[in-house]
Amino acid sequence: MASAFVYAPAPESRAIVDIAPSYGLFIDGEFTEAADGKVFKTVSPSSEEVLSEIAQAGSEDVDRAVRAARKAFGTWSALPGSERAKYLFRIARIIQERSRELAVLETLDNGKPIKETRDADLPLVAAHFFYYAGWADKLDHAGFGANPRPLGVAGQVIPWNFPLLMLAWKIAPALATGNTVVLKPAETTPLSALFFADICRQAGLPRGVVNILPGYGDTGAALVAHPDVNKVAFTGSTAVGKEIARAVAGSHKKVTLELGGKGANIVFDDAPIDQAVEGIVNGIFFNQGQVCCAGSRLLVQESVQDELLDSLKRRLSTLRLGDPLDKNTDIGAINSAEQLSRITSLVAQGEAEGAERWSPACELPESGYWFAPTLFTNVTQAHTVARDEIFGPVLSVLTFRTPDEAVAKANNTPYGLSAGIWTEKGSRILAVANKLRAGVVWSNTFNKFDPTSPFGGYKESGFGREGGRHGLEGYLDV
Amino acid sequence: MPTTASAAHSLADVTASNSTLSRFLHGLPGVDAVGLEARAASLGTRSIKTTAKAYAIDLAISMVDLTTLEGADTPGKVRALGAKAVRPDPTDRTTPTTAAVCVYPDMVAVAKEAVAGSGVKVASVATAFPAGRAALEVKLADVRDAVSAGADEIDMVIDRGAFLAGHYLKVYDEIVAVKETCGAARLKVIFETGELSTYDNIRRASWLGMLAGADFIKTSTGKVAVNATPANTLLMLEAVRDFRAQTGVQVGVKPAGGIRTSKDAIKFLVLVNETAGEDWLDNHWFRFGASSLLNDLLMQRQKLATGRYSGPDYVTVD
Amino acid sequence: MSEKTEKTERLSVFKTYKLYIGGKFPRSESGRVYEVTTATSAADAAGKGKWLANAPLSSRKDARDAVVAARKAFGGWSGATAYNRGQILYRIAEMLEGRREQFVREVADAEGLSKSKAAAQVDAAIDRWVWYAGWTDKIAQVVGGGNPVAGPFFNLSSPEPTGVVAVLAPQESSFLGLVSVVAPVIATGNTAVVIASEKSPLPALSLGEVLATSDLPGGVVNILSGRTAEIAAPLAAHQDVNAIDLAGADDVLAKELEIAAADNLKRVLRPQPVDYATTPGTERMTAFLETKTVWHPTGSLGASGSSY
Repeated sequence: MASAFVYAPAPESRAIVDIAPSYGLFIDGEFTEAADGKVFKTVSPSSEEVLSEIAQAGSEDVDRAVRAARKAFGTWSALPGSERAKYLFRIARIIQERSRELAVLETLDNGKPIKETRDADLPLVAAHFFYYAGWADKLDHAGFGANPRPLGVAGQVIPWNFPLLMLAWKIAPALATGNTVVLKPAETTPLSALFFADICRQAGLPRGVVNILPGYGDTGAALVAHPDVNKVAFTGSTAVGKEIARAVAGSHKKVTLELGGKGANIVFDDAPIDQAVEGIVNGIFFNQGQVCCAGSRLLVQESVQDELLDSLKRRLSTLRLGDPLDKNTDIGAINSAEQLSRITSLVAQGEAEGAERWSPACELPESGYWFAPTLFTNVTQAHTVARDEIFGPVLSVLTFRTPDEAVAKANNTPYGLSAGIWTEKGSRILAVANKLRAGVVWSNTFNKFDPTSPFGGYKESGFGREGGRHGLEGYLDV
Repeated sequence: MPTTASAAHSLADVTASNSTLSRFLHGLPGVDAVGLEARAASLGTRSIKTTAKAYAIDLAISMVDLTTLEGADTPGKVRALGAKAVRPDPTDRTTPTTAAVCVYPDMVAVAKEAVAGSGVKVASVATAFPAGRAALEVKLADVRDAVSAGADEIDMVIDRGAFLAGHYLKVYDEIVAVKETCGAARLKVIFETGELSTYDNIRRASWLGMLAGADFIKTSTGKVAVNATPANTLLMLEAVRDFRAQTGVQVGVKPAGGIRTSKDAIKFLVLVNETAGEDWLDNHWFRFGASSLLNDLLMQRQKLATGRYSGPDYVTVD
Repeated sequence: MSEKTEKTERLSVFKTYKLYIGGKFPRSESGRVYEVTTATSAADAAGKGKWLANAPLSSRKDARDAVVAARKAFGGWSGATAYNRGQILYRIAEMLEGRREQFVREVADAEGLSKSKAAAQVDAAIDRWVWYAGWTDKIAQVVGGGNPVAGPFFNLSSPEPTGVVAVLAPQESSFLGLVSVVAPVIATGNTAVVIASEKSPLPALSLGEVLATSDLPGGVVNILSGRTAEIAAPLAAHQDVNAIDLAGADDVLAKELEIAAADNLKRVLRPQPVDYATTPGTERMTAFLETKTVWHPTGSLGASGSSY
């Protein structure tokens, strides 16, 4: 009687979201054309379908938006914290109400599975606003002295991997502390930020408090360099982070940077093996590995390597790649052609350098940008795939013999964002966590996020923390 | 592939003494509860629709061990149950039969007669079910009684007291003895996972049961507060998967108690599919110990066939 | 043989001021020195101060050696218990108290202060060590803590030292300013490469002698004297330096160094007006702390959800 249990297509309905054929910049509470009339197209990475045409902000628009934010700053920062809080609570609630619509939208524009936008991105977005809403009238108690003051206008540049969640990480603490915001979403994923502008309208947020400027890197550079910006917050690549650090040198702009990573996921021989396998999969294949804190280096104790790899390969064979809107899809599309070509070339380099490549049998759709889940074994610290951030569904497997060696290898990187530890021995967790030079350490779990939990890196993974009480500091004059 | 476990495999020496057995069981990989439950919950979000749902519902019906284990059981009740197992939906002859009916030993003969010729098996709980607090000889007599009355399958309970006291070899020996007494009947070993309490214990019990020759490992009696859950069933599915990989012997899994809706049953089938794999998607290897589940499966089946929601008056109450 | 026939005034013994690197007192590898004089008041700005000493004129290589020493010391110092670090910082205060008169003289000469004003500076500096000694085992409780995440996890954020910190000590406040920027860096477990005030390096170099006798492990604080801009440039660009305090840089130099520091994303504390006489806040500590957040699963006691 045994026959295959074939899951029928279970697509989430697209009808819930109404995408306009074009969108403007959101400045001073209104949608407006770019001064120079430039536009760009945003496509769905799973199909290459054009979703909408978006106004592209230039430096004149940046100036206009910063002026609007400056004008709004006076009143906004003077509002009692309890009133600012209520605006943020409203936003949190509206996001909850519209979460299915926003999840579908995000999946369309980003390419990640609906399972993730529905169960991870959107709940975290709402939770983040809810969390920081509560801080707005309690800043005196946040440990920065009495009556800490906002900085002014925050220029914020966010990436495409978690478009709305990164917006929430930036805007929620900025508004709670009394700053006003000019935010540039990534050029491949502008839509959810523009929908957020509509949420601001529904919430009755005063004009100019939030301004959204879609555009490319030059738009972001203009925003960062604008002399009337008091605060720069950036999430993205380490290379751009360094450019920003240079650009703000000598100024009084406060900066927080959330940059790249090459997280080590360390599996000891006494690990809870089935959960470790899940953690490895979640660590590198969540969001197609396009996650700065991905566990992209698996450090496995040599004595259990074979057993672990067998289990891991068997598990990878059950991953379902395909239509991101299908509720059963585990692996969606790569965000852009550009990112796909970066992944492809780094993987080619891995093979050329002699690492052993493996992927489960996996049929890729014909249109769109796709990359099969990939493992590299026989990797050493010297391989490019063990050092460079790939930002894709590619796991490099290295081995170690002793806890000391595991820690030494884990720390042997210019990055320092995340790490994982898998062992049933409690004292080893604490000892290893203590030695790891990483801002977030997950023991017997991976890729967990919460608005109360500070997030950010050591070394070249950036500085400053987002989330929790710590996340307030970057937006206060303290 | 052999259909029953034997002591001839590579793990034969671990049962040489209580200490070797104890060392082996305690050397099994630990279970992180949060991670296990998260994985089970994540698989629970699979969306099984249309053709997949139809397949899953029929498969689930075919896997039900339709159960009555009440002090008030009578021949009439058992005969009605047997009729239901043979013909779950009198309005639709394409409905599969259930896998078995499951009764107390003294009802085996009645049940046997009720399902005669249908292919539906008769399973009997034995070994002083549900507490298992009786001398081995009494338990074996209970098994002998059920087998001689014609039971095709025996659902035994392990001695949880002995297990929790660390007397693993005693538990093992008892299972071996019951297995011997079963003869041709297939043996399901019930752990009463709710009483073993920890996931580590459930993994150890699973291996202990399989080493001793269980044909099935089964979560629970249905008589305690916590019975089958997605997490403990997922863990047991991992155990049978790993046991086959190591020994070549395939063992079945039976979650029992607390599974009442089609939605729940389908979640368990997803667990089977994505953990042990499709080799277990067959009522020879996977069962649901349930009673009220069957009617919900039937109502869902009617809904799929007709497009409208069914109601409890359109399925039989037996 | 004749008896001594007359009493001459005793010739004092000069001190050769040396760098303090890795717990040792080397000369500059360059062999260079520069002349350090007493501070000159604005009134006689034209005049030259009195010669005090020839201080080592540190080179890039001295800076490099200091970074190596600081990195080597980092594991032990950051791994020491906070209690132990507090005891050692307090020991520094004890040692300074005993050499108070020497530092009063050096500060008076360096900054052109009256003896009583110089004494006030030294006393405040000693008290500052005591203040920071008390912070070592409290800062983690103040800036770290548990985070109530919405899930079955125990989540804890703790501060950890950033690593090797280059410190450009203030140019004017040669001793109190110096102590005020060095103590917070090492209180939390960082190690430091310090560039002393360019024109008044002697109190800083003498501080090295105090540190060496205070149970502070060699390499935790390394003190260089010389041209601030010349020594700071390689430190700001150094890939094994994790942070830089620009207290002693003017605006032009600060900007140059901040740009160089971006190469490996050093944490940068920009120069800002500070009144070293007042009790500091925690900013100079938190500027060189990383927050590490660790997640641990908790879950229930058993699979059965029982409530034993």
